[in-house]
Amino acid sequence: MAASVPLLAIPTLLAAGPASAASGNVALVAYSTPKPAYAALISAFNSTAAGKGVNFSQSFGPSGTQATAVVNGLPADVVNFSLAPDMNKLVKAGLVSASWSQGSTGGMVTNSIVSFVVRKGNPKHIKSWADLVKPGVSVITPNPFSSGSAKWNLMAAYGAQLAQGKSKAQATAYLTQLLKHAAAQPSSASNALQTFLSGQGDVLLDYEDDALYAQRQGEPISIITPPQTILIQNPIAVPKNATNPAAAKAFVSFLLSTAGQKIWGKQGYRPVLAKVAAQFSFPKPQKLFLISSLGGWTKVNKVFFDPQTGVIAKIEQGLGASTSSG
Amino acid sequence: MTTRWRWPIRVAALGYLGLLIVIPVGSVFYRAFEHGLGAAWDAISTPDAVHALLLTLLVVLIAVPANTIFGVGTALILARHRFRGAWLLDALVDIPLAISPVVVGLALILVYGKAGWFGNLLAGWGIQVIFSVPGIVMASAAVSLPYVVREVLPVLQEIGDEQEQAAATLGAGPLATFRRITLPSIRHGLAYGVTLTTARVLGEFGAVVIVSGAIEGRTQTLTLFIQDSVDNLNPVGAYAGSVILALIALVVLAILGRNTEGKERRWQSTSDQFQSDSEKPLLSTT
Amino acid sequence: MLVRIAGPGLAITYLSLLVLLPIAAVLSKAFSGGLGALWSAVSQPEAVAALKLTLLCSLGVAAFNSVAGLVIAWMLVRDEFPGKRIVGAIIDLPFALPTVVAGLTLLSLYGPDSPFGVDVAGTPFGILLALAFVTLPFSVRSVQPVLVELDREAEEAAASLGATSAVTLRRIVLPSIAPAMLAGAGLAFARAVGEFGSVVLISGNLPFKTQVASSWIFSLSQSDDLSAAAAVSILLVAIALAVLVGIGLVRRRFNVDESI
Repeated sequence: MAASVPLLAIPTLLAAGPASAASGNVALVAYSTPKPAYAALISAFNSTAAGKGVNFSQSFGPSGTQATAVVNGLPADVVNFSLAPDMNKLVKAGLVSASWSQGSTGGMVTNSIVSFVVRKGNPKHIKSWADLVKPGVSVITPNPFSSGSAKWNLMAAYGAQLAQGKSKAQATAYLTQLLKHAAAQPSSASNALQTFLSGQGDVLLDYEDDALYAQRQGEPISIITPPQTILIQNPIAVPKNATNPAAAKAFVSFLLSTAGQKIWGKQGYRPVLAKVAAQFSFPKPQKLFLISSLGGWTKVNKVFFDPQTGVIAKIEQGLGASTSSG
Repeated sequence: MTTRWRWPIRVAALGYLGLLIVIPVGSVFYRAFEHGLGAAWDAISTPDAVHALLLTLLVVLIAVPANTIFGVGTALILARHRFRGAWLLDALVDIPLAISPVVVGLALILVYGKAGWFGNLLAGWGIQVIFSVPGIVMASAAVSLPYVVREVLPVLQEIGDEQEQAAATLGAGPLATFRRITLPSIRHGLAYGVTLTTARVLGEFGAVVIVSGAIEGRTQTLTLFIQDSVDNLNPVGAYAGSVILALIALVVLAILGRNTEGKERRWQSTSDQFQSDSEKPLLSTT
Repeated sequence: MLVRIAGPGLAITYLSLLVLLPIAAVLSKAFSGGLGALWSAVSQPEAVAALKLTLLCSLGVAAFNSVAGLVIAWMLVRDEFPGKRIVGAIIDLPFALPTVVAGLTLLSLYGPDSPFGVDVAGTPFGILLALAFVTLPFSVRSVQPVLVELDREAEEAAASLGATSAVTLRRIVLPSIAPAMLAGAGLAFARAVGEFGSVVLISGNLPFKTQVASSWIFSLSQSDDLSAAAAVSILLVAIALAVLVGIGLVRRRFNVDESI
């Protein structure tokens, strides 16, 4: 096996590039977190009748980067991103039909929540959003302009304030405090986890499924479910220009089926099918809200995350001016 | 110059090198083998890892010679010919470094991508640049463009062209002059330039991740594989992969260094007339 | 003759395909939103802060590593001790390491979990450290080949005439290697200015404090503001180009009868 790989590899290398449409190859383009999950899902799919003999080419990376790649021509039969705006990039480019979110699960394949990741044993007793802005507590959250994960984090923080009955102004003030307590704002969720694991910060804001994976890998962390948090919803679709739409749709159906959702659940993702979700014992926050209750991503992106005029940019500029360095 | 300075220089140099380079690089090797040779081997011998390594080697084998030819040629042009705008060419050569790798990748897509300036042209010819091997080669060559020029040019300027001119008056053609006079004299600079270029191509990530599409088993270079390993909390894979890259760089350096090692020693014995450097006056005027 | 024309022609073509055309595309993208958008992109406080930080750190590291590189190259060329070859080989390795691994390693060694108790994570010193790490090979390897070719007779003559080490260094050696040192400094500066992966982890990437230009540009590109990303990139490249041209001019003064 090992010897034949190099010989076979050379023609593959020279002809390398997007796969041809021949015999059941599905090009999967996804964000980076679900790679281990897809390993299990694909092998399960291959042992079903619909999935027998289907080969997969896989590409994983930061959600925004992957979406841009598909827009720029990266061939994809199945796309799975970590937040809806990245799917909308493809809609805008005419690659995905605007009705992608009309399906039974709203176009989503998995759910998760924003959690607190703390040192094992929770030495600083972090339990709520208020604990994050206590004196001496430092937070790690990715930079919201370069990471979709960070956007979920900050909207979870904002929405949690509203869910506690605070006003919008108070919620914005909380965000200012939160960012002030940020010891680092790494450029990606992966970098944020690495930064936290290297010893920086007391609490990391992260997706629950990512934290669960880290825990399974043996990292010395504890996961705290905030009393109020946002439901993270990860979209999936088969682009219009897929070269193998039949196999792609069959795969997506599998991912949304009971069998597929069970595998997702075992991998740490909250299933979108209610009856499968009921079989797992994911922690239940007191208040779980959706991005739609905060205005939906399109509005939120414009109001909060516009790099020049958004609320977050203004907060960062205010914090930056007060340090008067740089 | 005098033996008085030998130890201060050693301490300063080795101290700085130790803290800045040796310890971090040593740490990479340590972490790769922390869990044993077996674990490291397993991490690096998966089909995806092997493919990533082969792809990286292929990219090196194309990008490095291309940049070497360009580098030597450009250095010769800049060192031996006067022309207007030479100062601009000289500065432009360094520019690829100043561009953030992500922007290099995006720029290549803007030019050679499906919707780019040459998109239709390339599609018409059936050539796929972006999200395929040619794009990776171009991105790698772009970010490592300056090194051969920068290593060879100062040497060419330092040694001057008297010997080349002498050869010309004796009837030697340009190719023979290059092969017999110029090439041996730039051997050190060229060796270092090629080593730096190779090392840079091996380690490039930012531009490649954008232009390659990171398709596992197809357009995933070893650096992409390593990033993947980091993302999936597989440090052994990441560090073992890095050890492979470091070893390749060392092999290249060893091969190239062997050609220059003998010359260096003979030069230090002063009496050998093998040196192809020009005979310098007692006191340098440059 | 043919080589005379074909040579520069090929070089320019190669340079164009790989560098000039892509830069032109970035330039065109930078202006695609109009001059107003361009100006607001480059005058945005985050961009200005990131550019300032990047330029200062890059200049500092280039200058410091020039000196360090000279000392190290001197040791490699003129000194002999067991293990010297190994030391010489290790110098190029920072390059071969992927930037993420360099970043992780520096973070683990000189961050909160540092075995030496040195924690520069989240500070500009972290940035300087990472930049020094990735640019040292230039500073050493630029000067080393020239040192090897250097004619020692001039130094020996000066010494026999009674010149001290300092004078010999200043008057004999430095003028010969200054162009190479400057070339190395230019390379180091250019690389430092564009560096992303190895810096972004140890710096903490805090806006207005430790966020470098390449990270801000990355953020803009991820926020789908490509013309702003292009605008800031072009500005950064323009400033870097200006510095490189300046270095090139100074190098010219050392090469009196050369063409550059």
